[in-house]
Amino acid sequence: MSAATDTAFLDFRNVWLAYNDALLREGKFAVEAIDLQVRRGEFIAIVGPSGCGKSTFMKLATGLKPPSRGRVAVDGQPVTGPLKISGMAFQAPSLLPWRTTLDNVLLPLEIVEPYRRQFKAKRREYAERARALLAKVGLSGYEDKFPWQLSGGMQQRASLCRALIHEPKMLLLDEPFGALDAFTREELWCTLRDLWTEQRFNVVLVTHDLRESVFLADTVYVMSKGPGRFVVKRDITLPRPRDLELTYAREFTDVVHELRGHIGAMRKAGAEVAQ
Amino acid sequence: MKPHRHFERWAPLLLLAALLVLWQVLVLAFAVPEYLFPSPWQIALQMAEFRGPLLAASWSTFWVTMVGFALAIVVGVLLGFLIGSSRTAYAAVYPLMVGFNAVPKAAIVPILVVWFGIGIGPGILTAFLISFFPIMVNIATGLATLEPELEDVLRVLGARRWDVLVKVGLPRAMPYFYGSLKIAITLAFVGTVLAEMTAGDSGIGNLIQTAGSQQRMPLAFAGLVVISAMAMAMYELFSAIEKHTTAWAHRGSQAE
Repeated sequence: MSAATDTAFLDFRNVWLAYNDALLREGKFAVEAIDLQVRRGEFIAIVGPSGCGKSTFMKLATGLKPPSRGRVAVDGQPVTGPLKISGMAFQAPSLLPWRTTLDNVLLPLEIVEPYRRQFKAKRREYAERARALLAKVGLSGYEDKFPWQLSGGMQQRASLCRALIHEPKMLLLDEPFGALDAFTREELWCTLRDLWTEQRFNVVLVTHDLRESVFLADTVYVMSKGPGRFVVKRDITLPRPRDLELTYAREFTDVVHELRGHIGAMRKAGAEVAQ
Repeated sequence: MKPHRHFERWAPLLLLAALLVLWQVLVLAFAVPEYLFPSPWQIALQMAEFRGPLLAASWSTFWVTMVGFALAIVVGVLLGFLIGSSRTAYAAVYPLMVGFNAVPKAAIVPILVVWFGIGIGPGILTAFLISFFPIMVNIATGLATLEPELEDVLRVLGARRWDVLVKVGLPRAMPYFYGSLKIAITLAFVGTVLAEMTAGDSGIGNLIQTAGSQQRMPLAFAGLVVISAMAMAMYELFSAIEKHTTAWAHRGSQAE
């Protein structure tokens, strides 16, 4: 066990976060006592009710927020500021409407080192790379279209490409498929599955969708609300590669039911407290 | 569909023609004296007769307005950039600017005359003072309404504030900026004419003032026509620039 935790890629040790000093003095934390060790290349999903601190967790993992207490380390290094080895995507694709799809995907390379320095010289090479990535998610032929000429699902694919273009070691996704229709969502699950299978970056997927979490992740964490804590850790041992048929299989739905039970119990407890 | 389009395009001109005809007919029918309310025809005759002085006055008004407007763009963009990119600056500067903007500019002209004397100085400054505010507010709004998610995406890559402003903030503010130019240019003309009327020795404002005091109403009206034509032309110019530079923000009108 100790050997495993020593080499953890993402390592949270008793992490607490209050958003400002006043809240800290009152003892109101957005997340509490987070302990978490994630292997290199592991796909984890975090599920829980709205407002349970899932997004806060993402800010901690990327170094956008320093913890009030405890310690966060990524890849053996303590996190002290924004982590350039991570890529992020959100529910809103937030592509820039004045840039073509290709230029949107290239944006991170204009900002993150070492690409930034070489951007002008190697633009052609980078554009090729972006095209290849776009092709992988099924967007070839749309490179020169503007985001508003794409459907919601296509925009989200482009947003994924933007998060991955600088080959991050860690991908953070905050309900990335939440605004899509059911069919598009399942297509994108497969897209993400394939990208991850090929490149084996770490993924932290924050989602409301239990089926999504079970289909994609190696480990699902259930978070409770107010205070935000990890209450359940569930290893998903379903064999890979997984395909969509699996989501109708008994062993899959059993896991989803089990997770649903945890969340239901939490909501009930929450309701009693509220009364 | 097609003839309808055609009609839509010519509709404003048709309406203008109809109004002019109605105006002419009413003036003739009720025999309104020229010194009270001239007919379009009389105005047109005066425009032809005084085209020399009218042209000279328009040119003066035009360049005074343009200098004031250019100042307004520079100052408006700089101030807008400042208060849009920093919360503290926003909190400190914005209320002051609102208060300042609420001061009637007509009340400032006499003060400007004391400082700069009769001439183009008050004209330039009034045009500037009246038109920089919308530019500033729009730049600031464009910068300040950045999606927080997008900022996170960039910040996690190590983007500095400056990167975010230049790569995202400024392009995002561009449609707001061009939109504000359309408003500001018409305001700038108002400012110039205002100053010319009370403190000018040239320009359309001065011409209208003089013509009015001599009860030469057709000439005063001719001045009004010229000034509104200039303001409209500039409005259309900036409107066209806006459409060409920020087409992505007008996709609704282009999607067919």
